[in-house]
Amino acid sequence: MTIPILQLANVESNYGPVQALRGVSLSVAEGQIVTVLGANGAGKTTTLKTISGIIAPLKGQVKFRGADIQGHSPDTIVRAGIVHVPEGREVFPLLSVEDNLRMGAFIRRDADGVAKDLEAVFGYFPILRERAKQEAGQLSGGQQQMLAIARALLARPALILMDEPSLGLSPKLTKEIFDIVVRINRERGVTILLVEQNAHMALKIADFGYVLEVGRIVMEDTGAKLAEKDDIKEFYLGMKAAGTRGARRWKKKKLWR
Amino acid sequence: MFSQFLQLFLAGVAQGCVYALVALGFVLIYKATETVNFAQGDLMMLGAFFGLTASAILGWPYWAAILFAIVVMAVVGMLIERIVIRPVLGYPTFTVVMITIGVGYILRGVVTMVPGWGTETYSLKTPFGDAVLRFGGAVLAMEQLATIALTAALCLVLYLFFRFAKLGVAMQATSQNQLAAYYMGIPVQRVNMLIWGLAAAVAAFGGILLAPVAFVHSNMGFIGLKAFPAAVVGGFGSVPGAVVGGLIIGVVEALAGFYLPEGFKDIAAYVVVLVVLLFMPSGIFGETARKKV
Repeated sequence: MTIPILQLANVESNYGPVQALRGVSLSVAEGQIVTVLGANGAGKTTTLKTISGIIAPLKGQVKFRGADIQGHSPDTIVRAGIVHVPEGREVFPLLSVEDNLRMGAFIRRDADGVAKDLEAVFGYFPILRERAKQEAGQLSGGQQQMLAIARALLARPALILMDEPSLGLSPKLTKEIFDIVVRINRERGVTILLVEQNAHMALKIADFGYVLEVGRIVMEDTGAKLAEKDDIKEFYLGMKAAGTRGARRWKKKKLWR
Repeated sequence: MFSQFLQLFLAGVAQGCVYALVALGFVLIYKATETVNFAQGDLMMLGAFFGLTASAILGWPYWAAILFAIVVMAVVGMLIERIVIRPVLGYPTFTVVMITIGVGYILRGVVTMVPGWGTETYSLKTPFGDAVLRFGGAVLAMEQLATIALTAALCLVLYLFFRFAKLGVAMQATSQNQLAAYYMGIPVQRVNMLIWGLAAAVAAFGGILLAPVAFVHSNMGFIGLKAFPAAVVGGFGSVPGAVVGGLIIGVVEALAGFYLPEGFKDIAAYVVVLVVLLFMPSGIFGETARKKV
């Protein structure tokens, strides 16, 4: 494995008054797509928010390209090259699509480079060029998700943190978005840390995956190998092993902790 | 008959411009931080005093005095945000509102304490003097026309700033979705500080425009009580609404003062608020929640 671009070591964070992360360690290799799977409340979003500086960790280290970034302000972290595509898109509803994209490039001073990236982004998402003058709040959910990803690209990040891009989208749209995520990874060399409930799609495109349960990493392996594990098949891919009763499934799940 | 109406109308618009500028400050801060700054009128008062100091006491030309007051008040606004508002962010709105009321009282108190400032009343000399423009039978004061022209110019500058400047768009973005602004690397707290500076600077501009008409004294900030209804009429949270609301209140007040029995002038603003809210509960330019998920 190459040198990791991002490393978390024993990170503990609170989400409000609740301790959501109880010592998370993971690493992301440059140029890869890494996914973090987990149920609701497992701490996936808190992990991403801790990396992007929205939440300061109680303990532990976050290293980006070898330098500590835990507890830094969100704008320093964006400048360092990490952009967070939040759950639920979070576009600026009354700004035009174009202005939303300009805000993605807020930290940049190179107008030429921004113009070039804007073209590239319109290449990935042609619909955004058509809707450039429209208010972002009027876009459909899928278009807003595209806008959120496009906006993140305009910061020209080395690493994108993506939180549930498939949330509330049809399977067809989800596939479209995942295809573009892969293209962005391959063509632009952007490393992607992807948090998903749709484990099936996520494992298909991921080079490596982690499973998060109640604030701890309980399993890690390559995407292909994870997809083959019985537990993953059962709890995340929804393939029921024949004859396993509810109570026993729960017991098995408990073993992970 | 018509010329008389025109004269009153113009006076109302000129007065409305001042309401509009103070209301604009209310709206800018409300949009950015979701708190109402009740010290807005007092910021205007302080701005008028700084303008006066530069013009009457230091003897600077009118334009230099305007610039001086605007710059000083921008700094004062930013300092207020940094020192008293930022530490209480995250506490209930009520806390922040009480603090702004307190800031208003303190500003009023401080002004009366400065020797040669609050103890006397001054009026500000403008280059327009007592010149008038005769139009039909109406006699229009140059001072009022200048007030309207300067307000219009400021609104245009603000419009261009919010529409095209990166910082202006970032201010809008921050007020629409603060969390997303953080995600984009916009330094949200610094942006909020600049908005306070901007609101105070706009208020100072209003104070200087008001100074030749009214006298400059420590209680002139109570004009905020008229600007507040202006912001509500326009739809609290709408920048163009604040301007339109201010103009409506100003004109209605001027006409009511002349055509209606004595006493109506002072309540006119609130009658307008009641009537407008009855038919348009979120104000003329009120934005209903349009955020789609």
